[in-house]
Amino acid sequence: MASGLGLLLLLLLGQFCFQLLGTSGDSLQHHRSLQKDNGSWGLEETPENGSMVSAHALLFSLDYQHVQIPFEITLWIMLASLAKIGFHLYNKMPTVVPESCLLIFVGLIMGGLIYSLNDKSPPVMDSDIFFLYLLPPIVLEAGYFMPSRPFFENIGTILLYAVVGTMWNAFGIGLSLYGICQVKYFNLQDVSLLHNLWFGSLIAAVDPVAVLSVFEEIHVNEKLHILVFGESLLNDAVTVVLYKLFKSFCEMPSIKLVDILAAIGKFFLVGIGGIFIGLLFGVFAAFTTRFTKTIRVIEPLFVFLYSYLSYLTAELFHLSGIVAIITCAMSMKRYVEANISQKSHTTIKYFMKMWSSVSDTLIFIFLGVSTIGNNHEWNWPYICFTIIFCLIWRALGVLVLTFFVNKCHVNTVTRKDQFIIAYGGLRGAICFSLVFLLPEFSRKKLFIAATTVVILFTVFVQGMTIRPLVDLLDVTRRRETSPTVSEQILIRFFDHLLAGIEDISGHWGQYYWKDKLEYFNSRYLQKILLREYDQPKSSIVLLYEKLERKHAIELAEAGQLIHTPSSTSLLRSRETAVSIQSPASTNRDIMDNIQEILTTNLYKIRRVAPAYNRYTLPGEMGTAEQAKEILIRRHKSLRLSFSQSDSDQSQKKHIYSSSHGDSEIKTIRCQSLTGDSLAPSGVKYSRSKSECYIPSLKASGVEWMNEDERDKDQIL
Amino acid sequence: MGSSGSHATVIPDGDSIRRETGFSQASLLRLYHRFRALDRNKKGYLSRMDLQQIGALAVNPLGDRIIDSFFPDGSQRVDFSGFVRVLAHFRPVDEEEAGIRDPKQPEPLNSRMNKLRFAFQLYDLDRDGKISRHEMLQVLRLMVGVQVTEEQLESIADRTVQEADEDGDGAVSFLEFTKSLEKMNIEQKMSIRILK
Repeated sequence: MASGLGLLLLLLLGQFCFQLLGTSGDSLQHHRSLQKDNGSWGLEETPENGSMVSAHALLFSLDYQHVQIPFEITLWIMLASLAKIGFHLYNKMPTVVPESCLLIFVGLIMGGLIYSLNDKSPPVMDSDIFFLYLLPPIVLEAGYFMPSRPFFENIGTILLYAVVGTMWNAFGIGLSLYGICQVKYFNLQDVSLLHNLWFGSLIAAVDPVAVLSVFEEIHVNEKLHILVFGESLLNDAVTVVLYKLFKSFCEMPSIKLVDILAAIGKFFLVGIGGIFIGLLFGVFAAFTTRFTKTIRVIEPLFVFLYSYLSYLTAELFHLSGIVAIITCAMSMKRYVEANISQKSHTTIKYFMKMWSSVSDTLIFIFLGVSTIGNNHEWNWPYICFTIIFCLIWRALGVLVLTFFVNKCHVNTVTRKDQFIIAYGGLRGAICFSLVFLLPEFSRKKLFIAATTVVILFTVFVQGMTIRPLVDLLDVTRRRETSPTVSEQILIRFFDHLLAGIEDISGHWGQYYWKDKLEYFNSRYLQKILLREYDQPKSSIVLLYEKLERKHAIELAEAGQLIHTPSSTSLLRSRETAVSIQSPASTNRDIMDNIQEILTTNLYKIRRVAPAYNRYTLPGEMGTAEQAKEILIRRHKSLRLSFSQSDSDQSQKKHIYSSSHGDSEIKTIRCQSLTGDSLAPSGVKYSRSKSECYIPSLKASGVEWMNEDERDKDQIL
Repeated sequence: MGSSGSHATVIPDGDSIRRETGFSQASLLRLYHRFRALDRNKKGYLSRMDLQQIGALAVNPLGDRIIDSFFPDGSQRVDFSGFVRVLAHFRPVDEEEAGIRDPKQPEPLNSRMNKLRFAFQLYDLDRDGKISRHEMLQVLRLMVGVQVTEEQLESIADRTVQEADEDGDGAVSFLEFTKSLEKMNIEQKMSIRILK
């Protein structure tokens, strides 16, 4: 606690000094220019001063202007990172107050400091900086690590929420605010309908940055996470169109029907154009990585360059950059991961996480800094009604849309989910930058003030209260007695059973299209974009062998060496209650022990674990460890079943098998077990990939055989 | 292939399967496509290996048992009717259907009793009609991570059997199993909505 505070104080002090430096640099510059300006008086003075200055310059010179820009940028990033360390050192805070709130708070302090020192407004976050430099890393990381199976399973719902929901919100908020403006008492007559609609369009957008940072705290299931997250990413297209639409409407003298139709067409163009650009760059990236075998070190660079290019190209044509970069990341991921080395892969992941983390932190700090200043006009009625309408319209929108979704779809969105979706619609930096991009007109400051308050409200109030409310909802439903041990085990048993049967029956809704895509992929795309078919084998072999040896040792040791205190007490109690006929009045401690053991150690079902985590790489999460463990344990039984493969197959393929080395056979078997294990993250969502590699192997004519049988055949 | 959906004749024994399992035409067609997709070498039946190649199933703790349930009586092949028969257990229960059912006909595969019987058979490997402590222990071992020691597992298994066992014979019969699941909404827990 003390160390955290100390760290914060230290860096605040550092910023303080740097600001002083800044001012002193300014004054020095000013001083010099004054000397030049004054005529003869200056000339007489300068040699004297010049000699004084030059004498000092020999020993000690200060040239701040030279390094100002990179220096300031680095210091800001340093501040952001140190703040992050500070928060995580004091562990208790992030559970109550989400990190984004703390970062805004730090920003507020910084802004206050700068304002009081310089007596002028602190640097406002430039919209260009935000849209060109700070936003792309976050969206890229989100798109790259987006779990594609849940995303495409729920794509209909996500699109419905993103498109229809955002438009509903925008128009609803705009129109109701216009209604408020009509009230004479509030002194808002001059805010026109168009301006209100414009404001509505930018405030309606749910922000992925804010949503992500808050959803870390609450543990929602995979489907809900992907719904809110996907929606926040995709509503960018709608926001962009609406914003530009109203901007052009404001500039036009009159609005005809043709313009409105053109706007609707523009919307489709923006979305589809973004997707197209993303796919194009994704294919280029995949193709490029096919040839990087000899220069492994620059492989990660291509991923970043192509993604950023896709974003910039889309922005160039006024299409949706966010949709483009997400599509690029999702489309190139599969092929790039197959082509690049394991180390490049890790590098890419770590860099993405790092950059997005830094961006995220910087955005929130700048939000805080920009809040202080003279940019605001505080018309409280307008602001309060904005907040109220935001909440109301979002709740209404979610209710109505969910009603339709539940009718058509088989996966229902429960009441609790609806609440989380509605309440979790946080606004963030995108609204903020958009409002600064508004052209100067009389009421701009009003809008800026309203946006600031809405963002602060959603991030602070909604961000902090969402977790307790979710817990409250859970508690109200679980008012029955806690399940007995057998019930708990049975419930988990059924969950696993259901998940397994779902996997067998192929539970993806748009199954037909997925099949088509897979077919297209294996016939054409793989040939062009992948370096070689058997390239993945070597990395899988390495991984699997590493897994086997390391984990076999670990498992053996873990099984023998763990002696928790509870086990001895359990042992003792078991001896006393040895006959099954003993009454059910067991010791309370034993029950608690058992419950505890079960809750921590029962394998989790896939749907409960969130698929996406901000701060850890996918391979490091507990669920991947669980998957590895299960695979190792089942390895034996899987091997046995492969040895029972059809005899007629072995006859046919015998000819081919002799041409491959031993390692190849092992690799193919490994491949069958781990599917796509290039990234441990892929194990869960690898259904498409495992089914995809198998046909390629069949095509190359290698067969599945047990090692022993293989050796026997070779001898023959 | 899947564009025109009225290819009932494509599925072998389509009508009889439909009557037996109660699937709709569309669902049956979808399952047939799935069967064909899983059947890599177009053999016309599925082997254990075909099912094991489903990546997500490999990391399911009960994966082996689920796959075994498709191959009853030690057979190594399962054809489409066998495949669908197992999946029919997971069809959601249709309330009206239950009402108008002819009591003389055998219970539909997705009735509560049959669902429970299916689940019971996943526990009871030796088919003696009871889940012994040993069988419970085996299932537990599958579902729990490696950090749990053998003694802990045994005591948990003991407790589980003890809670469900009413006549005190140290094993859980099918009726006792059903009773312990009274509170649970089995119809919903063992139903996959898209299999309507």
